[in-house]
Amino acid sequence: MSKNTCSRSKFKPLTRRNFLKGTAASAATLAIPVNTSDASVWQAFFQKHFQEMSKAEMAEVIKRLEKNYGEKYKTSFNIKTSTALPDTLFGYGLDLSRCIGCRRCVYACVRENNQSRDPQIHYISVLEFEKGHKWVSDLEEADKYYYPHEVPEDGHFYMPVQCQQCENPPCVKVCPTRATWKEPDGIVVVDYNWCIGCRYCMAACPYGARRFNWGEPQIAREEINPETHYLGNRPRYKGVVEKCTFCIQRVRGNPGRYPACVEICPVGARKFGNLLDPKSEIRYLIENKRVFRLKEDLNTAPKFYYFFAT
Amino acid sequence: MRKVDKFLIPLCLGTGIFILAAGSVARGDDIPQYFVPPPPFSEGIFPCSDCHADMEANPERRELEDEHVEISGMFNHASEQRWCLDCHNEDDRDKLRLANGDLVSFEESYNLCGQCHGTIFRDWKAGIHGKRTGAWNGKKQYRLCVHCHNPHSPKFKPIKPLPPPDNPLEIQYKKLSDEDIPRNPLGNIQ
Repeated sequence: MSKNTCSRSKFKPLTRRNFLKGTAASAATLAIPVNTSDASVWQAFFQKHFQEMSKAEMAEVIKRLEKNYGEKYKTSFNIKTSTALPDTLFGYGLDLSRCIGCRRCVYACVRENNQSRDPQIHYISVLEFEKGHKWVSDLEEADKYYYPHEVPEDGHFYMPVQCQQCENPPCVKVCPTRATWKEPDGIVVVDYNWCIGCRYCMAACPYGARRFNWGEPQIAREEINPETHYLGNRPRYKGVVEKCTFCIQRVRGNPGRYPACVEICPVGARKFGNLLDPKSEIRYLIENKRVFRLKEDLNTAPKFYYFFAT
Repeated sequence: MRKVDKFLIPLCLGTGIFILAAGSVARGDDIPQYFVPPPPFSEGIFPCSDCHADMEANPERRELEDEHVEISGMFNHASEQRWCLDCHNEDDRDKLRLANGDLVSFEESYNLCGQCHGTIFRDWKAGIHGKRTGAWNGKKQYRLCVHCHNPHSPKFKPIKPLPPPDNPLEIQYKKLSDEDIPRNPLGNIQ
């Protein structure tokens, strides 16, 4: 709108921009259920993007969420908003010569990260391959529903796949609302209150690592983990996308705990550390072992390194 | 010149190997102070001297038939090459014995395993082999080799897997009461 147009008229004309603003506001008002008089519904509706909130606004949001979750799950919640540690870039190592496909990691992840039990959500898919057959070039051929009496099965090997925490994440590029982004410590996170559930990110992810809440997430009260992070394992909503965050609620601390999947692995196949620390385990294995990254040719630059210790 | 080489090269090599060998049995001084939980003894079996103190040692290699039969039954750890007293110390049964005659406690048994499994020992010290818990940027908890590998039959034993994911084609959403929500099959496994 040029300056001239405005100054010529005594009354402010109804500009195109103002008209659209008004339309959007009234549409929004209609969209909010009128029979819910709870102020928190309004507050949630006008909540800002996580990266744009001031400290005070963030505290307000956390207070509201802790109250809402507390009422829903009948337990007191702690939602952290801790920021990335300085000089930290998280990397992950998985020893394919050790993994036995026992799926302990899958369910330790579920226990830690409050995934919906029904409809079921798992962040980790353990793929089973026949030895001597095509594998990394053709993941579709893998079996993820294997369930023998004991593992490892003769003549088979296993490759767990989860979010690869790409340095160049295609999922982030396609998000129309910027509800997902890469944090300074390299973790790709989702703001569940900003996600509109379009699932573009799921289509863009070459690793099938993102999960969608098709229904209202259901978790038994006794199994809720109330120690959460806003960008991590706080309970989700119907219609939002979620994914592995390297257990952001655990690893962002000093001392910072290992992710749940690392701690549970009975064969010690999972390694985790700071890529910027030359003395870390992850640097040792990258420098001394045979390492590869999944679908490296796509230039996603994963920070998830598969390796062979023997 | 050639004459000198004949003597010098083997001498240097020999000395080098000796130094390397001496270094490899060093008592874990190069291992940072990590917390290692106590060894997983079968109940009531330690200290060994409770029984062995009053017994006269029989250093003759044989298969045990009266005592420790569960061990001789499963023993599968280069069993052609060794028997009990190659690792267990004859005079003080509460200690383990290295190839060079040094004694180590059961809490430091990694020094014994590391004699043969050098590359694995190296990876273990770096945190690459074996399970570690604790803090990625702080105190870490290691495990002894014997926490995961039975020293008398070290191959990792197969375990029961946890259930596969639901097939997406079979998912039907329904609202469930708290009791009907499926529980995590992991249970209390830590």
